[in-house]
Amino acid sequence: MLQFENIVKGYGSKKALNGLNISFERGKVYALVGPNGSGKSTMMKIAAGLVKPTTGRCTYEGVPIGPSTKSKISYMSTEPFYYDYMKIRDVEKYYYDFYSDFSTDKFKDLLKFMELEEDLKVKSLSSGMAAKLKIAATLSRNAEMIMLDEPLNGIDLIGRDQIINAVIKATNPNSSFIISSHLFDELETIVDNVVMIKKGAVALEGELETIREKHQKSISDLYREMYSTEDGLSSDIWGK
Amino acid sequence: MEFDSNYPIYLQIVGEIKRQIIIGNLMPGDKLPSNSDMALQYKINPNTVQRIYKQLEHEGICFTRRGLGTYLIEDDNLTTRMKTEAVTKMVSTFLSKMSSLGFSPSDAINIIKDIQK
Repeated sequence: MLQFENIVKGYGSKKALNGLNISFERGKVYALVGPNGSGKSTMMKIAAGLVKPTTGRCTYEGVPIGPSTKSKISYMSTEPFYYDYMKIRDVEKYYYDFYSDFSTDKFKDLLKFMELEEDLKVKSLSSGMAAKLKIAATLSRNAEMIMLDEPLNGIDLIGRDQIINAVIKATNPNSSFIISSHLFDELETIVDNVVMIKKGAVALEGELETIREKHQKSISDLYREMYSTEDGLSSDIWGK
Repeated sequence: MEFDSNYPIYLQIVGEIKRQIIIGNLMPGDKLPSNSDMALQYKINPNTVQRIYKQLEHEGICFTRRGLGTYLIEDDNLTTRMKTEAVTKMVSTFLSKMSSLGFSPSDAINIIKDIQK
């Protein structure tokens, strides 16, 4: 469904992605994990059409990423992207105008679920509330591919449960989810597949239970092994 | 529910459902939660729920009525069967642990008798 072929993305002399090859299937929930700076966000930005790869091909259902694929891919970046003057109600209108697949009913349900009031000003939201708002807006699109970049970063336990539950409710056989995190544990129960990125390329990928069985150890232990070697530590800095 | 990350999640929940049958919270013929309810209850992916039901079906514990949902089989022996299965597993684990320490099954029985006194 979503395919990355030999993707290289350089920022100056640094390579954020270095020969990335992977494809994502329909109806599955993927955990995209790797330390900070391993290339997770760059990968999502390429699929969202916000960043162009230096070389390589990224396609969605065989079509190169472009205006037509943007309408099918819902992407949530780590950066806050609403204007300060907006109220939550304005965010709703903004999304409604922008995306034909945006469902106002779904958004209202999610706001209620996340305990957010439509009258609140974006500027006045705590970081946890702002994170929940971003998720509500992203999940309210009936998109085939939903990419959430670090949705649980800096969220308290209650907020985390709300977000996890919102994601579980949003899953369906027609949509795929890619959820990134630098902490795998928090995603373990809700994903089908795991993709580990190291130094801008795929280090390990596959179905969670198959990997667990094959390596006879927990994914968290595998993750630690993969990234805590001397070699792995340097991957915190791009392409070193 | 807290999960052990060394062990497949779906099997841990299969075990939990069997435990619910043993302690009588679930009775033969009971309807099991829908995929999405079960997913929210355990905070797991709905695809994992499908796997749980497939496993339970494979073990002859539940069955699916098309369009109606998943039910525990209507067999009065179900609870006994689950109990026997669980106890057999517990005792064989215990015996293999004893054996690794150099105790034979009859040694183990003697120790149990001594403790009972």
